[in-house]
Amino acid sequence: MAGMTMTEKILARHGGKKSVAPGENVWVDVDVLMTHDVCGPGTIGIFHEKFGRQAKVWNGDKVVIVPDHYIFTADEKCHRNIQILRDFVREQGLKYYYDPDFVKNEPGMPNPYKDPTKTNYKGVCHKALPEEGHVRPGEILLGTDSHTCTAGAFGQFATGVGNTDAAFALGTGKTWLKVPPTMKFTFHGRIPAYLTAKDLILAVIGEIGVDGATYRTMYFAGEGISSLTLEDRMTLTNMAIEAGGKNGVCDVDEKTLQYVRQRSNVPHWQVERDDSDARYIYEHEWNLDTMEPMVAKPHSPDNKDTAHNCRQVKLDRAYVGSCTGGKITDMIFAANILKGNQVKIETYVVPGSTEVHADMRRLNLKGMPRQGNEKSIEEVLLDAGCKLGPSGCAACLGGPSDTFGRLNNAEVCISTTNRNFPGRMGSTKSSVYLASPLTVAASALTGRITDPRDYVSDPIQTGMAGVV
Amino acid sequence: MESVISGKAYVLGDNIDTDQIIPAQYLAFNPAIAEERKYFGMYAMSSVPEGQRGLPAGNIPFVELNQFKSQFQIVIGGKNFGCGSSREHAPLALAEAGITCVIAEFYARIFFRNSVNGGYLVPLESTTRLVEQIRTGDELEVHLLDQYLLNKTTGKRHELRPLGDVLPIIEAGGVFNYAKETGMLK
Repeated sequence: MAGMTMTEKILARHGGKKSVAPGENVWVDVDVLMTHDVCGPGTIGIFHEKFGRQAKVWNGDKVVIVPDHYIFTADEKCHRNIQILRDFVREQGLKYYYDPDFVKNEPGMPNPYKDPTKTNYKGVCHKALPEEGHVRPGEILLGTDSHTCTAGAFGQFATGVGNTDAAFALGTGKTWLKVPPTMKFTFHGRIPAYLTAKDLILAVIGEIGVDGATYRTMYFAGEGISSLTLEDRMTLTNMAIEAGGKNGVCDVDEKTLQYVRQRSNVPHWQVERDDSDARYIYEHEWNLDTMEPMVAKPHSPDNKDTAHNCRQVKLDRAYVGSCTGGKITDMIFAANILKGNQVKIETYVVPGSTEVHADMRRLNLKGMPRQGNEKSIEEVLLDAGCKLGPSGCAACLGGPSDTFGRLNNAEVCISTTNRNFPGRMGSTKSSVYLASPLTVAASALTGRITDPRDYVSDPIQTGMAGVV
Repeated sequence: MESVISGKAYVLGDNIDTDQIIPAQYLAFNPAIAEERKYFGMYAMSSVPEGQRGLPAGNIPFVELNQFKSQFQIVIGGKNFGCGSSREHAPLALAEAGITCVIAEFYARIFFRNSVNGGYLVPLESTTRLVEQIRTGDELEVHLLDQYLLNKTTGKRHELRPLGDVLPIIEAGGVFNYAKETGMLK
């Protein structure tokens, strides 16, 4: 019998089978189901319609609800949708719900939290899930959001589903999955100071295309991946969906175990690894020493080029935020370039979660608790002229017209987010370049796309940021 | 499931993502409320850029202003149809606008899965690229069981790929019905 990959082992175990092979359909048990304010109301509607108004979810401790998309808007339907989540949480007695407690039953734009440590609200679900202990190696996570694949950075099977699949899982704890074949991307060397995981994934997607991993697992391997922080690994797996991937995974190592042991609300889980004779449908090797800062040009994440080649592109706006590029390490990367300088274009910063926001106040530019008069990351960014919004999905996906940072006109924006489809960040007339937080920050200082090597020489320390 | 689907074609290119199919600003509507659900039809395909709306002309609205239904019933697409977000609102919006099937070279997996499991529309795959062979407005006849498409406007016949594993779910009308029929759900 051929060896199995991590994904195959997880699906086999959850399907009650000794082994599975790519292409096989299996019914599996779901460990965690996540939904949010955009897909939750529709999911709840289908759940009530199909299982009955009195039905109970299969396991109230395995359902996690994270409102994150349309929080800071005056749109009353969005407030109503949050209320639908609250009602469902109460009706079902759910334990894991992260309420935007500042959204009251009042018209107008809600006043955001004042202190990010004193609200139940978290922000972007993909950042909140591991922070709050819902992500563990070897488990199956379904979420009503395509970037649910982010959690694969922790060595689990995580994938996005629609409302119907989510409603089915809510009632039964099960879903059917076709076992995907695995593509293996091996990175040699250590990550240099001028690159982040964003450059790696943009290079990969540019190589294989936005459909290059359709129905497949993307496995990121090698010592280059071990050299990344967990947050940077999340940037890789987050964008697996941008190549059409069903899921993305990284190996479990000490960094993963340390994180999960500190955070998980469940004590036991099973780490899975690829067998030495596991089969891959595709293999490609990369050397981190020879890779360059990358961008994805409008209007597709696979429209790759180097930041250097795009140096003539004039920009109207820079944006640092989202599940991909709004983590605390992303903020540290951006702040180290912006420190002591002034941005030349409007630069919007949105923390991925309230924990990220709190850490932006608590930590210094090296990711360590700040001492004495040391400036916080937030202060550095504000001093540089950035506009800082409250945590959430914000303008990454456009959203309601009053969303913070939304592109409402024919603006050209460089962004740490994950998608640049036509109209993704608002107006169909706008153009979005995707890049790393280093490249976005460097570009904010010049008003043109700028290779961060002009600003970075020494490695940027992130300390224990995003870990403890 | 009807064995023959007839209707007018609306032709699009490659990588039609879910932000183009139903822009994020309209996701505030709750599809579980009938009064709101119909608006997904009104705004379906509203972010497809000018020049790509209904090929080859490229300026044909999918749904006329202030209407809830499209005058087209069958969408023809290229590669990677439905890529991007997992929003089930995408196949739902097409279904609300009156689309009964999409024929593309291949699909992004979550769109395909949502179409099948939600029972919104039949996602078919062509054996050849149809985007340049069919024009928006052509009268089509899709023969599901015999796996071919007849373009009544041009008289051309195009082969389709078998639906395979998902056929029983499509025939049942979605994953809930399928699970009931197979005894998984009571």
